[in-house]
Amino acid sequence: MIGAVLSLGGIGFLAAVILGFASKKFAVEVDPKEEAILNALPGANCGACGYPGCSGYAKAVASGQVDPSLCTPGGKAVVEKIAQIMGVEAVVADPMVAVVCCQGDNEKAKDKYKYLGVQDCITAQMLAGGPKDCPGGCLGLGTCVAACPFGAIEITPQGLAVIDREKCTGCKKCVSVCPRKVIKMTPKSATVHVLCNSHDKGPMVKSYCKIGCIGCQLCKRTSPEVYEVENFLASVKYDTYDAEQAIAGMEKCPTKCIRDFAAGYPEGSTFKS
Amino acid sequence: MTGFLIILVSSIFVNNFVLARFLGLCPFMGVSKKIDTAIGMGAAVTFVMAVAAMVTWVIQYFILAKFGIEYLQTIAFILVIASLVQLVEMVIQKTSPVLYQSLGIFLPLITTNCAVLGLAVLNIQVGYSFLESVIFAIGAALGFTLAMVLMAGIRERVDLGPVPKCFQGLPIAFLTAGLMSLAFMGFAGLVKG
Repeated sequence: MIGAVLSLGGIGFLAAVILGFASKKFAVEVDPKEEAILNALPGANCGACGYPGCSGYAKAVASGQVDPSLCTPGGKAVVEKIAQIMGVEAVVADPMVAVVCCQGDNEKAKDKYKYLGVQDCITAQMLAGGPKDCPGGCLGLGTCVAACPFGAIEITPQGLAVIDREKCTGCKKCVSVCPRKVIKMTPKSATVHVLCNSHDKGPMVKSYCKIGCIGCQLCKRTSPEVYEVENFLASVKYDTYDAEQAIAGMEKCPTKCIRDFAAGYPEGSTFKS
Repeated sequence: MTGFLIILVSSIFVNNFVLARFLGLCPFMGVSKKIDTAIGMGAAVTFVMAVAAMVTWVIQYFILAKFGIEYLQTIAFILVIASLVQLVEMVIQKTSPVLYQSLGIFLPLITTNCAVLGLAVLNIQVGYSFLESVIFAIGAALGFTLAMVLMAGIRERVDLGPVPKCFQGLPIAFLTAGLMSLAFMGFAGLVKG
């Protein structure tokens, strides 16, 4: 009995001494700032900052060489907290949110074939470039919905992906997963966007989509400060964005492919603006 | 020499720790979603099992048997294995950050892995010599890694398929494990004993 207690206790004691000694001898110094920053971060490990996970970003910021405002999911509050820990002034950039640049749902855009395979955009894209006739349009099979860690994307009953501008944190997961590169990052403060991704010429676009950009340049002529047209596709110049001019140009658009999200999301979406 | 080979083959295939003895199912289910992590986990388990086999063998024959307290085997082994894994984690963290990045997250998982404890106990039950128990440990760990990697490869493909809702996640994984286990039963009788 006593022998058992002593020997087992002895093994335990020996192990404890070795571990205690090792914890001193092999201690790895961690910057206390790094830990504080890690605690301030949201812990979503989304990778929007460009580092592998929140701990990677915390380490980079603590070293002092990286901007503390790269955490988009955390938003302003987190940036301020990190800046406070680091003792620098917080510079909060306009948060970026993702937009699906397409309105060609099942009713407005033509399919070139009926796709019955796995319900996944990447798989569908591999089959003759996807079922949509338009080379850039949203396939609406929901690969981005599955990729979004924040539940900010839905597929409308008409088969179009729509992103909630309030829930979107700008982590770019959907951007990287979309096989047609139809999702683009835009400043949150700008609400008017060109929702088309086809660089085809006007007649071509008209042949497969009722609501695509035909490159007519009307928006550019109305508001040259806000719109530009390149390769038969209009786009918004977010650097010189101005809400009034943007809306003036939008109203001139003959196909209505420019949309003001402040006035509502695409048809069938449950998101509220 | 043939004796070692037989131990190796029997522990990898015939008495595979996961698929024939059903030890270490927790990491087998938990860490087998991707091949990369499965390989990392397998490497960590191989390392820990080899070291644990050596240490527990010494503990058994030089402490427990000497004082006649073999009945304390289980608790003594748990104690020793847990401290050993902690120690290994600290040493790796200090000496090789790269290795720690790839194996580090798996080490705490192994602390209470029943496959490691099962290996230590089996070594004593069968009565292996020191060298034999190390060979047995490496074989068992390789078998564990093999099962993990096979499982991860299957699960990566199953993820893409249309799995019925009631089978999604762990249920389909357990079904897969059962079928793999049946397949491994085909090795039974390859090695005597």
